[in-house]
Amino acid sequence: MASEVIAQTEEPRVTYLNAGHTVKSWLLTLDHKRIGLLYLFSISVFFAIGGIYASLIRLELITPQGDLMSADTYNRVFTMHGVMMIFFFLIPSIPATLGNFLLPLMLGAKDVAFPRLNLLSWYVFILGGSLMLITIMTGGVDTGWTFYPPYSSIYSNTQVTLAGVSIFITGFSSILTGLNFMVTIHTMRAPGLTWFRLPLFVWAHYATSLIQVLGTPVIAITVLALAFERTLQIGIFDPKLGGDPVLFQHMFWFYSHPAVYIMIIPSMGVVSELIANMTRKKIFGYHFVAFSSLAIAVFGFLVWGHHMFTSSQSMYAGMVFSLITYAVAIPSAIKIFNWTATIFKGSVSYDTPMIYALAFIGLFTVGGMTGLFLAALGLDVHLHDTYFVVAHFHYVMVGGAIIGYLGGLHFWWPKITGRMYPEIWGRISASIIFLGFNLTFFPQFIVGYLGMPRRYHAYVPEFQVWHILSSAGASLLAIGFIMPVVYLTWSLKYGEKVGDNPWMAAGLEWETSSPPPPENFTYQPVINHDAYEFENVKEIKEAAAREAALQTA
Amino acid sequence: MPEQASKFALEVDLFYIALWLMTIFFTVGIVAAIFLFMVKYRRRHDGEIPEQIEGAMTLEILWSVIPFIMALGIFAWGAKIYHEMYTEPKEALEIFVTGKQWMWRAQHPDGQREINTLHIPVGRRVKLTMTSEDVLHAYFIPAFRTKADVVPGRYTTTWFEATKPGTYHLFCAEYCGTQHSGMIGTVTAMEPGEYESWLGGGTKEPPAVAGEKLFSSLACSTCHQADGKGRGPKLVELYGKEVKLNNGSTVTFDDTYIRESVLDPGAKIVENYQLIMPSFRGQVSEEQIAQIIAYLKSIGPKDAGATAAKPAAPAAVKSAAAKPAAVPSAKK
Ligand code: HEM
Ligand SMILES: [Cu+2]
Repeated sequence: MASEVIAQTEEPRVTYLNAGHTVKSWLLTLDHKRIGLLYLFSISVFFAIGGIYASLIRLELITPQGDLMSADTYNRVFTMHGVMMIFFFLIPSIPATLGNFLLPLMLGAKDVAFPRLNLLSWYVFILGGSLMLITIMTGGVDTGWTFYPPYSSIYSNTQVTLAGVSIFITGFSSILTGLNFMVTIHTMRAPGLTWFRLPLFVWAHYATSLIQVLGTPVIAITVLALAFERTLQIGIFDPKLGGDPVLFQHMFWFYSHPAVYIMIIPSMGVVSELIANMTRKKIFGYHFVAFSSLAIAVFGFLVWGHHMFTSSQSMYAGMVFSLITYAVAIPSAIKIFNWTATIFKGSVSYDTPMIYALAFIGLFTVGGMTGLFLAALGLDVHLHDTYFVVAHFHYVMVGGAIIGYLGGLHFWWPKITGRMYPEIWGRISASIIFLGFNLTFFPQFIVGYLGMPRRYHAYVPEFQVWHILSSAGASLLAIGFIMPVVYLTWSLKYGEKVGDNPWMAAGLEWETSSPPPPENFTYQPVINHDAYEFENVKEIKEAAAREAALQTA
Repeated sequence: MPEQASKFALEVDLFYIALWLMTIFFTVGIVAAIFLFMVKYRRRHDGEIPEQIEGAMTLEILWSVIPFIMALGIFAWGAKIYHEMYTEPKEALEIFVTGKQWMWRAQHPDGQREINTLHIPVGRRVKLTMTSEDVLHAYFIPAFRTKADVVPGRYTTTWFEATKPGTYHLFCAEYCGTQHSGMIGTVTAMEPGEYESWLGGGTKEPPAVAGEKLFSSLACSTCHQADGKGRGPKLVELYGKEVKLNNGSTVTFDDTYIRESVLDPGAKIVENYQLIMPSFRGQVSEEQIAQIIAYLKSIGPKDAGATAAKPAAPAAVKSAAAKPAAVPSAKK
């Protein structure tokens, strides 16, 4: 996809895109920007696969009988949907694409600290992803993405071991990326770029990297233990072999709860950039927003037990986990309030990235608030493992993480490609996504409270109306997601060529050319001001001067 | 709102509605503020730079502390309900439930069994003691707002009190394999009199009685003699008490420990005894273990507190066949 662009752009200027035309120059590149695009392409493929599974799920659930596919097939479908979306799309999404592309640019660096390691991460990711594709082709997995034993360890006769190996391998890609980012942020900042002058996107990625480095090994150990139990009958989780099934849940959620923050914190970083730049305002309470990312990351490790309130864990453990969960909810609330306050008295643009940012705030508020329902012990007993939970996490992960990702992709698209997408289509598709999303997932809160359990292939007829609404919404949502794929691809060739800083945004990445040259800057940037100082943006000054001239004329 | 058919239902629903009101309040507030700002502060011209506001400490503190206090309130409310739900009632009708791919089996105190249905009396506390023969399941009755995982190798309990007669959904809420969505059934709450006559149908034996038979047919009684002179520890009057182990620690003589000792006698050996007991793994089913537990409970102390159950002669036992057998064994 991207190599086409190079063939077309016949500019004399050397950019990272035309610096080499061969396939080899892409596959062996050490340029973080090209690696970002490699990831962009790969995770888009995985997203498409996950999306096809999602459509199958919604299609099956239109009728209560479970008549489209067999129970076994359905179980594989929802498992692969979850696995694809979480491990191969959401976790890598923003860090691996936008993060890879932008971090060095935002830091005024030539590249990340370890470019070879960066390329290796991508290959590891592809290896893991290919194994998962093989898993699918050889029968798939039917355990759910949470892999709870003893079903997964002893009873399921699907490809659990292979899937485990694939996730184990993919985890290394995540660890390596996190490590690389941390070292890069510590050591590669341009002269004058102190910690508190960093864009909030960078803070968010720092916090995310902490989780990736500290949390991922735990899931690796967990799936490894599962594989040992499966293959060698070592009793770790199955009581028949002397193990403890609840132990797995502790180990799994010790990673996977923080992992949900790997998905959302980067998106919060993107939204901070979008809000600041689309309103031309400093983020209200910059320090609070920066530290809230860290707080979420650190405290996120202490709340895993809130997934296990009904698991037979002790009542007092439940209470402690619930209490700590409420403590972590506060930093998220702080962000919402600060973003809203930033818009106050701003110079608000109506462009697509802003629409995404606002959609994020609205949807994430609902997602976060319904988290409070689930953390409320007595209520979670009823809600746990129902569609209410499904709706909650889609509000945060699709309504939060994916919306942020799309907003960021639109915002930095002209930087990445040098061309603009068609703005009108951007706004239309963002609005369709917003509507389709709500129609898909809001009914799930209702049907969940009515008692519809998760992972059901057939259900009692009285729930049907909610599922029909949800499936209708999913069709709309699918259209909303396909549109950007079409017009963004179209824009690679036909999109309007724009200057270096079409949004008149503040930030080092906008000071270099679009697309950037191979080593990012032709000079060494030196920073003498805070993030989001719009008085320093050359394009705004020029526009103001033009306007002044027009008025006097 | 699903039907409200238990004592918890109203409380949980009120809590739920309160949380939605709060959610709507915040969401509408934020969305309204955003719309207002969008319109009022839209970009007027290209070169515009708005006035910059760095932040405000008082506001930050306000909007951290107020949500935190609200969150603590929600926590407390939720914890109160949870405490109620998870504190075992003292006087309860105890029913054993076994989950198995893909069915629910239940056994009533007088021995009546059923599959994928559960009959209970209205207005009486019912406690379920549950375990699984294979994988994780979860017993979920939406109309009662209760749910608890059913875990192999452990006993979990849940309890409820039905408030109105009717038939309600019973779902398995923890994914358990192919027929997970087919592992459903019904809970029928009946007037106590109807329940008694429902129990009267069919032949059955109370679990404690079946357990006593097993205790002798499996030859447990040869070592665990009632006078304490056998090669194994005396089990009479023991249920719910602390037991000293040969490694110096102690363990409560409860359902889980009994089950473990039957399947894996070497795991925790009582002080001053040797490991001579064989494992009964593969010889007894989960249901039979539950029966043995019921028996040991029935010969346990009478005042062992909330966890130790009453002697196995609950008021519900009406069946003539069961009565004589159950009562004497409880008095031993
Ligand atoms: C930061 C954004 C958040 C993300 C990305 C997120 C994501 C998720 C996901 C993926 C699940 C479901 C996991 C599964 O079972 O498959 C989940 C469940 C849960 N979330 Fe969130 N969540 C977020 C915010 C919150 C907040 C703010 C709270 C509470 C204050 C919360 C409380 C819960 C609870 C208690 C559960 C477990 C529910 C249950 O299984 O019964 N979440 N979340
Ligand atoms: Cu089940």
